[in-house]
Amino acid sequence: MKSKGESIAVKKKGFNAWKTSLRKDRAFLIMCIPTILYFLILAYLPMPGIYVAFTNFNYDKGIFGSAFVGLDNLKFITMSGKLGVLLRNTVFYNLAFLITSHLIQITIAVLLNEIRNKKFQKLSQSLLILPNFISYVLVGLFSFAIFNSTNGILNSILMGFGQAGTQVYSNPEVWPFILVIVNLWKGAGYGSIVYFAALTGMDHEVLEAAQVDGASTIQRIRYITLPSLKPTLIILVLLSIGGILRGNFDLFYNMVGSSNVLLHNSTDVLETYVFRAMTNNFQFSTAAAVSFVQSIFGFVLVMTTNAIVKKVEPDYALF
Amino acid sequence: MMNKNKKKDDLSGRIIRTIGYVFISFLALSCLLPFVIMVSASFENEKILVREGYHLFPKEFTMYAYEVILGGNNEIIGSYIVTILLTVIGTGLGLFITAMTGYVLQRPDFLRRNKVSLFLFFTTLFSGGLVPFYLLMTRYLHLKNNYLAILIPSLISAWNIIMMKNFIRNAIPHSVSEAANIDGASPFVTFLKVIIPMSKPALATIGLFIGLGYWNEWYNSMLFLDSSVQFRPLQLLLYNLINRAEYLKNSMAGKNILTQDLPLETVKLATAVLATGPIILAYPMVQKYFISGITVGAVKG
Repeated sequence: MKSKGESIAVKKKGFNAWKTSLRKDRAFLIMCIPTILYFLILAYLPMPGIYVAFTNFNYDKGIFGSAFVGLDNLKFITMSGKLGVLLRNTVFYNLAFLITSHLIQITIAVLLNEIRNKKFQKLSQSLLILPNFISYVLVGLFSFAIFNSTNGILNSILMGFGQAGTQVYSNPEVWPFILVIVNLWKGAGYGSIVYFAALTGMDHEVLEAAQVDGASTIQRIRYITLPSLKPTLIILVLLSIGGILRGNFDLFYNMVGSSNVLLHNSTDVLETYVFRAMTNNFQFSTAAAVSFVQSIFGFVLVMTTNAIVKKVEPDYALF
Repeated sequence: MMNKNKKKDDLSGRIIRTIGYVFISFLALSCLLPFVIMVSASFENEKILVREGYHLFPKEFTMYAYEVILGGNNEIIGSYIVTILLTVIGTGLGLFITAMTGYVLQRPDFLRRNKVSLFLFFTTLFSGGLVPFYLLMTRYLHLKNNYLAILIPSLISAWNIIMMKNFIRNAIPHSVSEAANIDGASPFVTFLKVIIPMSKPALATIGLFIGLGYWNEWYNSMLFLDSSVQFRPLQLLLYNLINRAEYLKNSMAGKNILTQDLPLETVKLATAVLATGPIILAYPMVQKYFISGITVGAVKG
């Protein structure tokens, strides 16, 4: 009896503390209501909808009215070999984007840091982030102007040198290179500014000491400048690893187009496939099955990466 | 002494600087050239563009493509109005909510701040994917062919809130909020009267991010608007012009132009110029906020 009374007292105390803390938080929580409602409806409410992946979806019957088919959809995308190609392409492009973009961004930042001409620094940064301001629709138009076979700029140049023109839009082999270059073009300026900012915050005493000791520019870059970029690089790479199964839909869809089946084997990523399956063919269940694999693997990947990082170097852990 | 040392490292230094000038100039030019060629080709005679390709300056200057777009029906004007309204409303509303949430989440006296942060952050790690989202918007919220379907999805992002939170925490000491608190101001009044005026650079930067997102928005427009919508946002209009020749012919119908005389290529380019023009014009004014924004808003949950 006594213990029961005690536990009730404890419960009551806990409840009162909870009430007090709620009163303290009330004004803050009210200010969070728009955001909480927004994410509740637009992000959390659709989450159970991934159940579509296990149904034979019928638009009229709705998500939970459609017939349950178990793993049939997952089996279908796996057996047809589609999933393998999509995963391969998505991971390949993201890794290629990751490596090339950080390489060129760091190179730009370091070179720009060596050029101490403020005017040149400012002007070139302004021009380099220009592509970041435009839509991918325009990027698609630009690349068509360059690569199309009737009046494209590339073919004009090739013919100017007496070479035969090429048919870029029917040659799947060149697209990995084109997509990597266009991705670099769009994002290099933005990323290089992040690194450049990290360099501006560098310790000047160390630099001066190195100079007094007679270190050459190359040595200074190798032993002081580059190591100072390491934390930024690690954080950015960790952030991207979580997104390694997320394709940049806008880039792929505007560059390749939805109907150019010739190129799909080397350019189709998870996002573009899901989109086409849903909007062109109304295969909601197949699309959801691919999304399901993407979401689950993506989530496991982030959690694993973060757990490993937390063990090895806790400072770099994302959360 | 310093000068002597500087001279000593000059050989490798000079080589690197030269490489730097050449390499970065090349990249900068490659970022600028497509825009120059786009503008120039939009003023080119259609036949020359199709036959001879692109030139740095138009061979035969004409404004015919612009006359075709702007004459007759007022499709592009309607697109402009839709895009401007979406950008202004979306940026205003999104920025206000983002800033308010960011401010609250960095207040150390908000006991549930970590819980709310986790609630937001989780949405960046896991999502239901496209299909449930599409079904929610169309089948359950009935927003197909509704401009709200474009306004809502880009309104708030967890990354922007995290960035705003970091901005405010680094720029405005908590004692400012405490002082307002002692004066009897509620957190909301403090936010309105004290915090907003003090975080103009952050608001400008994140506002720019959101605004740019709305101006360049194409994905949700394509997903949720079909051909029954008369005035579509500029980027969707441009996308349709580029990818569907028959769309172009339809939209030019009633302008008293024979189909075979349609300047298809130059009309695409002129529309691209008109859709991108405002960004390029605003660019010199906003790019410094953009650069400072990238620099300060280091993202870490």
